Amino acid sequence: MNNLQYKVVVGLEIHVHLCTKTKMFCGCAMEYGARPNSRVCPVCLGMPGVLPVMNKQAIEYAVLAALALNCKIAEFTKWDRKSYYYPDLPKNYQISQYDLPLGAHGFIEIAVEGGRSKKIRIRRVHLEEDAGKNLHSAGNFSQVDLNRAGAPLLEIVTEPEVNGAAEVRALAVELQRIVRYLGVSEADMQKGHMRFEPNINLVVTKDGSEHKTPIAEVKNLNSFRALEKSVEYEIRRQLDNFQETGEVMQMGNKSTRGWDDVNEVTVLQREKEEAHDYRYFPEPDLVPVEVKSRWLEEIRGHLCELPLKKQMRYVEQYGLSAYDAGVLTAERSTAEFFEDVVKGGGEPKRVCNWITQDGLRLANERGCSVRKLGITPQQVAKLTSMIVSGDISSTAATSVTNIMTTRIGIDPHLIAKEESLLQKSDASELEKVVEQVLAENSKAVEDVKSGGKKNEKARSFLLGQVMQKTKGQANPKIVSEILSKKLN
Amino acid sequence: MAKKIDEAQVRKVAKLARLELANSEIEEFTVQLSAILDYMEKMNELDTTGVEPLAHCLPISNVFRDDSIKTSLGTEKTLANAPQRDGEFFKVPKILDDSNRA
Amino acid sequence: MSGELLNKDCRQLREAIAAGRAKSVEATKAVFEAINKYEPVIGAYISTFEKQALAKAKEVDDKIAAGEAVGELAGVPVAIKDNLCSTFGATTCASKILENFHSPYNATVIEKLLAADAVIVGKTNMDEFAMGSSTENSGLKRTVNPWDTSRVPGGSSGGSAAAVAGRLCFAALGSDTGGSIRQPAAFCGVVGLKPTYGRVSRYGLVAYGSSLDQIGPVTRTVSDCALMMNVIAGHDEKDSTSVGESIAPVCNYLEKLDEPISRPLRGRLRIGVVPELNAGSDNDVQNAIAEAIEVYKKLGAETVEIEMPHFDYAIAAYYVIATAEASSNLARYDGVHYGHRTASKADYIEVYTKSRAEGFGKEVKRRIMLGTYALSSGYYDAYYLKALKVRNLIRGDFTNAFERCDCVMMPVSPTTAFKIGEKVDDPLKMYLSDVYTIAANLAGVPSISIPCGFDENNLPIGLQILAAAFAEEKLLRIARMFEMQTEWHQRRPAMPE
Repeated sequence: MNNLQYKVVVGLEIHVHLCTKTKMFCGCAMEYGARPNSRVCPVCLGMPGVLPVMNKQAIEYAVLAALALNCKIAEFTKWDRKSYYYPDLPKNYQISQYDLPLGAHGFIEIAVEGGRSKKIRIRRVHLEEDAGKNLHSAGNFSQVDLNRAGAPLLEIVTEPEVNGAAEVRALAVELQRIVRYLGVSEADMQKGHMRFEPNINLVVTKDGSEHKTPIAEVKNLNSFRALEKSVEYEIRRQLDNFQETGEVMQMGNKSTRGWDDVNEVTVLQREKEEAHDYRYFPEPDLVPVEVKSRWLEEIRGHLCELPLKKQMRYVEQYGLSAYDAGVLTAERSTAEFFEDVVKGGGEPKRVCNWITQDGLRLANERGCSVRKLGITPQQVAKLTSMIVSGDISSTAATSVTNIMTTRIGIDPHLIAKEESLLQKSDASELEKVVEQVLAENSKAVEDVKSGGKKNEKARSFLLGQVMQKTKGQANPKIVSEILSKKLN
Repeated sequence: MAKKIDEAQVRKVAKLARLELANSEIEEFTVQLSAILDYMEKMNELDTTGVEPLAHCLPISNVFRDDSIKTSLGTEKTLANAPQRDGEFFKVPKILDDSNRA
Repeated sequence: MSGELLNKDCRQLREAIAAGRAKSVEATKAVFEAINKYEPVIGAYISTFEKQALAKAKEVDDKIAAGEAVGELAGVPVAIKDNLCSTFGATTCASKILENFHSPYNATVIEKLLAADAVIVGKTNMDEFAMGSSTENSGLKRTVNPWDTSRVPGGSSGGSAAAVAGRLCFAALGSDTGGSIRQPAAFCGVVGLKPTYGRVSRYGLVAYGSSLDQIGPVTRTVSDCALMMNVIAGHDEKDSTSVGESIAPVCNYLEKLDEPISRPLRGRLRIGVVPELNAGSDNDVQNAIAEAIEVYKKLGAETVEIEMPHFDYAIAAYYVIATAEASSNLARYDGVHYGHRTASKADYIEVYTKSRAEGFGKEVKRRIMLGTYALSSGYYDAYYLKALKVRNLIRGDFTNAFERCDCVMMPVSPTTAFKIGEKVDDPLKMYLSDVYTIAANLAGVPSISIPCGFDENNLPIGLQILAAAFAEEKLLRIARMFEMQTEWHQRRPAMPE
């Protein structure tokens, strides 16, 4: 183990469900959780005589995603049949793209340690139709549900440039963020909208020479956690295996392994991958797709600032922490709301605080986005500037926020006034109160002036008394300043 | 004359095509397919360098449909021709492992 | 009376019905009388729908009596090849694997026939999954040629051709992938048209060779063919390979049908002939073709010898492409979602292998094997890719030809109808008989077979006329010229008693 150094090499094959209303080649509705086999028509059932017709929206979503992944979009692209027999594949071939994918030679930028980013190259992006579902029930039979058969699927293949479990996770999270930003996929892993298949191997350096372990492809990963853990497990397993057997990568010894989420191990499914003979040939029932420049530019117009770029910009431009920037940019609507408030005059750090503390809390409670709370960016801008100017304390601001969700459109200043939440910051006014309190609490004054152990407590007590007298409306900072002036 | 395709290959192809063939059929097909494939060698008389493959006889591209929902068949109609069903599902013998899935 | 009715062609019948001079119910009854009498020998139909047909016929008659508008085929009894999906009856493709398949939808062409108020008589026999040239490959029954019941009706649309020839319907729909409309039409002495690829919607046609298949009419006359085309031609949004109006607008094929073609290439109708090709057919066939061309010459046409240098390779290319596509199109018949499933004990792989082995006939298995092999790893370039290139060259031959002539004429088949069983044991021999028809499917151009004579055994001979893509209007007019000058199309077989 001592003289063994290794590099982790991972390439990913990712499938993303596009959130079109209908399937890729027919008008059946895409509906999660529908009654089995109720979203099926002769076309996606693969009945005799049926023909596929392309969903334009799916193509546009796919091109948009490929653009966001910095791919070169093929001017001319076509469909191919990929043949294999399986009960959830009614035609026993899948309509996919083989030699002319719609996008290629792109990259995805992911965040790595130290606030830096790394580019992982994308080999290709193409569209295909999904298969249905096999359910292995109790008993010696399986059940087939074709509701999902024909759903539009985007397949993304990266180059093997991801080096470690953390990076794999970062890529997965980033891709999810990107497709959600673009609005092309809900990308909910639990619902199966995104599937990851990492291809993992190690380059082990032993006694000065390099050895590559056989590649393992892992399937059946239903969460980011499973994805990360499976890579970690494979690293350990391959290292152990190499030490025991010295087996290295050869033609045909790539294996397929399934992830066992319960025991957190990968299990061998297929040894010596017998290469499927998919017998690809051009799909005769579909004509080619030409993505000419005018259409391409139209689609490109739907691109937005990508999440990682936005996140890094917030750090640089607004001085937000990486963590906070991450929270703000987790969802596009939150980020855009933030930007609208800042545009409306809100001070970025304050706005960030408002969103991360109040806005998102309320949004989570109500199961909606920050934008849908009924609070306008203008209102937030106003509220945060009130905090800055001392017109209101942060705590009071939270109350105002809660009220703003029920009293839609009312100026926060007005709300604060009506609810007696405005802070008194007039120094001369407060000075009178302070003097009154000092006069009424000579013992405490003495304790403060004497220094010693009772100093802090007495000070707090005096402050508290002023707050009481002003019904909590005094600006504590200013009171403190006045106290200090008078007591020192 | 050497056969264009031998019995082992015929068996392999039958497996790919999911056809269970009797031995007599394998023998017969080996002879017939060999003769047919032999005939197809004819195409090699033609020099096709620089000739584009013609997959479609049509001068069209970009045939699309809108992303609008059409009524599905519904579960009952979908399963109406199913040789075996289990409630709302098609029924098949247990799939032992997913290794045949791509 | 019924005999008189049965002698009319579709146009005449439709006219008579619309004018109130005849009733669709009578015509339909006459058809079913003939069916009851002759079907036990001819065997053209896999299924018939007497009750349904009579009901529709009555509906049409009532509408007409009430002065309501009716469709272009109102009241005309027609037959449909059994590879067209229908919501009525079964759609079997003459295969055991689909013997009890009931389609939940109608093929677009069937919807069009129904909208045109046609009366659908039944579904006709064919070679299983359209694979064959004699209808002997039907997995369900045998059809014989009405002209000589010891002979084949041709294939794969043998049932449709026999039904039209035997007056068991007034017209029929067939499908043509390598000659399957034209050759049986020629063998049965009727008219059969394979439209340009993309002219007629394939939605609902059970696919065999997707880039080659077309649905087309089988009729007694060229006029009827034009009428049928008016009903079935046109763009279908359900078929991505059907051509839109902006690229090739559909016209009224009847409008100028009887007029000589406008603007022939060089002022006179120019007919391209390929002498070396014709020389490969039987003497009787060669003579009939030559005489037919003489008829055209007397009408002012001229001939020009053209070359189709790649014609010889069409069969090889066709059988690679068609079987490759077929092997994929037929993969869906697996006993899981519909169709025959084996009753034997089977694991999840045997469900496929046994169901398919039990359900498919030999020729179908052979072609699936061939196609699978051609597409398999290591052979794709040598066979499939090569065939697609040869296809391009063949299309080039046609493009060149149509720059020099308005149409090309040649035989449909090297022989007339052969004896039942004669070629069934030699698949390659059977394939080679498609020599004249196959190239049109590879190039996608339209082609028609019209009766032009008989051989010494009184068997019909067909003249094949080919034209450029989407030139059906011109093609039909050229064919009609011949029909107006001759009487071959009026000859009827002596039906077996």
